[in-house]
Amino acid sequence: MSSMIKIENLGKTYNQGSIEVCALKEVNLEINPGEFVAIIGPSGSGKSTLMNLMGCLDQPTVGDYILENVNVKTLDPNKLAEIRNRRIGFVFQSFNLLPRATALENVELPLLYGRIPNSREIALKALEKVGLAERAKHRPNELSGGERQRVAIARAIVNNPAIILADEPTGNLDSTNGEEILRIFNDLNAEGVTIILITHEKEIADRTKRIIAMKDGKMVSDTPTNRASEC
Amino acid sequence: MALRSLIANKLRSFLTALGIVIGVASVISMISIGEGARKQTLETIAKFGTNIISVKPGQKKTRHVSTGKVTTLILEDAYSIDEHIEGITGVAPQTYQSAQLKYVNKNSNSTVRGTTSDYPRLANFEIGKGRFFNKEETRGAKRICVLGATVVKNLFEKEDPIGQFVKVDGDNFLVIGTMEPKGALSWWDPDDQIFVPITTAQKRLFGQKHVQSIDIQVENIDELETVKESITKLLRRRHNTREGKESDFYVSNSSQWLNSWGDAAKTFTFLLGGIAAISLMVGGIGIMNIMLVSVTERTREIGIRKAIGAKKREILEQFLIESILISFMGGGIGVVLGVGISKAVSKMGGWDTVISLQSILLAFGFSVAVGVFFGYYPANKASNLNPIEALRYE
Repeated sequence: MSSMIKIENLGKTYNQGSIEVCALKEVNLEINPGEFVAIIGPSGSGKSTLMNLMGCLDQPTVGDYILENVNVKTLDPNKLAEIRNRRIGFVFQSFNLLPRATALENVELPLLYGRIPNSREIALKALEKVGLAERAKHRPNELSGGERQRVAIARAIVNNPAIILADEPTGNLDSTNGEEILRIFNDLNAEGVTIILITHEKEIADRTKRIIAMKDGKMVSDTPTNRASEC
Repeated sequence: MALRSLIANKLRSFLTALGIVIGVASVISMISIGEGARKQTLETIAKFGTNIISVKPGQKKTRHVSTGKVTTLILEDAYSIDEHIEGITGVAPQTYQSAQLKYVNKNSNSTVRGTTSDYPRLANFEIGKGRFFNKEETRGAKRICVLGATVVKNLFEKEDPIGQFVKVDGDNFLVIGTMEPKGALSWWDPDDQIFVPITTAQKRLFGQKHVQSIDIQVENIDELETVKESITKLLRRRHNTREGKESDFYVSNSSQWLNSWGDAAKTFTFLLGGIAAISLMVGGIGIMNIMLVSVTERTREIGIRKAIGAKKREILEQFLIESILISFMGGGIGVVLGVGISKAVSKMGGWDTVISLQSILLAFGFSVAVGVFFGYYPANKASNLNPIEALRYE
């Protein structure tokens, strides 16, 4: 079985004025389909940069990122947008929903960009999956934080992506809501979706099956958790 | 999608569109007013006929300085033209002065025009009631008159003037007819005059032998120049003007100043249209301004859209459609408003306006073009945003 994500000697340098900031260097990583991975590390450790690269939002300075056997370096911006649309679902710490659109419209958006027919019904099904079908007509500001994040997850999974990239998804939530989000991720993972979760909380990372620790732009450890044996 | 964000910002969208509304409305109304002015001027001038040659006495000059009236142009010249010149269908010698008119207790200060029976036809006057005087009455210097519509209104109101006597500078004149109204020019009301036989005017009213103008109607407009030449020849001979000496009259025709008037009015229209186009341009800059604010304000939204798979072109389209929609709506409202203003002006100002489909299409098309032109830069800016930075933007 070929790997979902293969990262070889990946590095990223930002130019901030005259100073070159090295955000990521010599990262080698392989993630297989169906994995549930946590990336942990303090702020500035390069975990967000890594996620941006894995999410095709950014291009690496050096090294190769091979997503589903395609080297991302060879793709043009439109093709990258298509990958983000079809193969990757994003969940952000600050939810990032469109404030003026209803929950349903937010979930529908990736389908519209992907020009997929019957978008309304598919979007409603995704909302059902996160248990928010009855809140479909509400706008983000009429929803609680936990509900907003569940709408964001519904939006991430609506196109049946291969990977879900979640950047501190529980960071803005209380523990009850955080728990709910993690439960949904678990269910999705059980259905075979690859989930990569960025966090700085050890307890949350422990709920995944594999923990990758980052520090100063480098990977410092890669260890399976107790739950790894479950699958 | 674009529509939704416009609805969400109702007031702002409306104010932005207002720039275009004003621009389009002013283009349409200004052009229609200008065109109306042109049309009206040309029409009123055309009422006097374009196939009319007019002979007027020249200026008496001593060393190129005009020193007084030339009185050599006389009624017999007119009769001679009528008799000898080929290709003409009417001759109307005229002499005119302002005079005091009186009927019972009503007064009016109007132009008294002495002329012949050909005049109504040459000047495009329609007889309303009664009749115009004939050749015999002209010869006989009868004290009869025909009243213009304004005179009838001023002196008789609802009364029937036919058969009544009007006092012209104290003399009684029998009213034998009235004219249909012709419509006033801004500088002169052709309906505010009475018509009397030219001989009557010369002998009994003005005490003069010369005429002030001889109008000649040409049968075929293509022969206008030839007729002008033969009239000149005839009159020079009659006036014993030696070869090489300047004529003591001059000959002109109305189509000359018809053209120059039309040109002036056209310039006027262009000027008004130009000013209006500038306001449309300002409206366009307003769109650009608001779209730039909108892009900055919605940076995060753009980031989200890009992260979930919007392509560069799709972001560009969204913002471009938004600005086009604003200008489109502004253009639509502007057309309605512009047509409304033109109608109102023509109704209240009594000023004819010509709303041409051309000017509507021009203004509307221009407004949409403004939307594209001024919307492109902000839209392009939005589509080029880096999604990571856009997502981080607070």
